[in-house]
Amino acid sequence: MKICVLVKEVPDAAVEKRIDTSTGRMDRSGEKNLNPYDTHAIEAAMQIREGGVAPVEEIVAVTMGPESAVRALHKAVSLGADRSVHLTDPAVAGSDVAATGYALAQTLQRESPDLVLLGQQSDDGECYTIGAVVAEHLGMPSLTQVIKMNVEGDALRCERQAEYGYDTVQVGLPAVISVGDAINEPRYPSLKAIMGAKKKPLDTVGIGDVGIDAAKVGGDNSAARWVAAKAPPAKAAGEIIEDEDTGETVEKIVAWLDERKLL
Amino acid sequence: MSNILVYALHYEGAINKNSLGAVSEGAKLAAELGGEAHAILLGENVPQDLAASLGKYGAKKVLVAEGPEGLAQPLVDAMAAAIAAGGYSYALFGGGLLGFEIGAGLAARLGAGVAMEVTGVRAENGELIAERPILGDSAISEIKYRSPVGIIIGRLNAFEIRELDPAHPAGDAPVEQLAFELSPHATQAKMLVRGEQRGADVDIEGASILIAGGRGLGKAEGFKLCEDLAGAFGGNTAVAATRAVVDAGWYPYAAQIGQTGKTVAPKLYLAAGISGAIQHKVGMQSSENIVAINKDSNAPIFEFSDLGIVGDLNKILPKLTEAVKAKKDG
Ligand SMILES: Cc1cc2nc3c(=O)[nH]c(=O)nc-3n(C[C@H](O)[C@H](O)[C@H](O)COP(=O)(O)OP(=O)(O)OC[C@H]3O[C@@H](n4cnc5c(N)ncnc54)[C@H](O)[C@@H]3O)c2cc1C
Ligand SMILES: Nc1ncnc2c1ncn2[C@@H]1O[C@H](COP(=O)(O)O)[C@@H](O)[C@H]1O
Repeated sequence: MKICVLVKEVPDAAVEKRIDTSTGRMDRSGEKNLNPYDTHAIEAAMQIREGGVAPVEEIVAVTMGPESAVRALHKAVSLGADRSVHLTDPAVAGSDVAATGYALAQTLQRESPDLVLLGQQSDDGECYTIGAVVAEHLGMPSLTQVIKMNVEGDALRCERQAEYGYDTVQVGLPAVISVGDAINEPRYPSLKAIMGAKKKPLDTVGIGDVGIDAAKVGGDNSAARWVAAKAPPAKAAGEIIEDEDTGETVEKIVAWLDERKLL
Repeated sequence: MSNILVYALHYEGAINKNSLGAVSEGAKLAAELGGEAHAILLGENVPQDLAASLGKYGAKKVLVAEGPEGLAQPLVDAMAAAIAAGGYSYALFGGGLLGFEIGAGLAARLGAGVAMEVTGVRAENGELIAERPILGDSAISEIKYRSPVGIIIGRLNAFEIRELDPAHPAGDAPVEQLAFELSPHATQAKMLVRGEQRGADVDIEGASILIAGGRGLGKAEGFKLCEDLAGAFGGNTAVAATRAVVDAGWYPYAAQIGQTGKTVAPKLYLAAGISGAIQHKVGMQSSENIVAINKDSNAPIFEFSDLGIVGDLNKILPKLTEAVKAKKDG
């Protein structure tokens, strides 16, 4: 079995995210890191490999992003991927969800994976949807928010929480699965793996290499057009207590509750 | 014609509340665009009267498709078939989970623009503009569509349910059977178990005070701290939870608040060890008073709490329980 894991480079959680008001796009400068949700997808691939039910020939990390995104790929490789593919091209900059999903699907097509894994969300885009877009383009069945996954013959047995409780779904391979963050506890990379990551094969491709139609990608060709950004309605800030003396803190809480007749 | 096709999720003979909101919203927007809102349901033997009842929320027609329930891809096929027949400018989904998957799949199929987590939609110059909060709700972006069909996926509880004026009842909507074919990949997923309730069947929806616990409780046994505090409040108080701890098996699914759990609005919502993720917030933000205890002063929950305590819940909760007890007894 060949597994491709889609990973993304996102602003570090510690960095404040903001919109560049001149372009209406996200300001992606500053410290970046591998999307933490994607480490669960890599870990899920590793567990299939180590589980031994289905032999895994290869785990390939795939990303679309600017030059700096190679760092996310190195991180993915240090966590277990055997090699990586980097789609980087000025033509894809500013793509919306649908265009990004199309471009990633074209890149994946060349790899002919048996399983494509994604994280549940990107820390900056928070769209929860790339998996469904990719699956439609690849003509594969898909499921998002999966928290348990077992290989059974040529299918996966997946569990996830949906609107009415937990669903168990059998998904035939090849398939596209977005995993929820409860699926596993990602491992830390070893120092050796971190040092070795840069030596693993990295394939850098442009839109021409993977047959992406330039008229379908990029900000100007995206069908969802971000026309403006504004501040949300101001909300009165709540009161904050720093707990230094817990006895005192608790007195304040009780007084606050009492004032509002909540006791 | 500027018609809007609205997906209606149903389960065990009832339409999902977020879908009723979406049908209501679709009807309002369609009227502003000079078109109609039509709803679509998919399932095995969908009851005619259930489908027709969407007329009360403003649907002018309801399409019923026969297919496997609870999975997204069959609906992509059905909605694409309906849209191919013409007349639709938008597809609208209420908040939840399936709508995200269907809407995204449909966007890929049609080459359409899609906006998700939408909190408001308005009609302007004959087109719809969607508002979507981004970056942890610190900004709101506005989205327009260049494609012939625009796809709008709402955030949980974003669209208000409006029954038509009872004095002018629209009554039942006409129901039409939709013929469509499942694409090969849509036949590759099979629902084995749907809607399994994990953990005890607790009732939290009627509670006027909720003590909610999250991953910050550290382990399943940590919920004892919440239960003790709930006991001290007494009366109509219950314990609630986040998805993180429900998925981990620490607390029953029936107590989960949020996007794929319950929506509540108690007099007091006290959150301990909860970060305040958007999917949790959407299920409790209408609570009258929100108190949060979190050791991280940057936790998003402090952005929408009325009283925030930055500190260790392991120190605060036991003392708070004692103090509430003392106050009650005093
Ligand atoms: C499609 C989808 C649907 C979802 N549906 C839901 C849903 O219905 N409901 C839901 O809740 N979530 C839902 N989620 C998940 C949601 O995004 C969050 O992951 C989840 O709410 C986080 O739960 P948490 O706050 O318990 O955990 P965390 O985010 O891990 O937060 C734990 C918090 O505890 C604090 N903490 C740790 N130790 C202590 C201590 N000793 N004292 C005080 N504070 C401490 C930490 O600072 C942290 O802020 C959904 C996600 C997706 C993608
Ligand atoms: N530019 C990208 N390159 C590769 N994978 C991506 C990219 N954007 C999103 N993904 C994948 O899609 C998942 C969901 O992202 P999103 O739909 O943006 O919330 C992420 O966890 C990644 O696995």
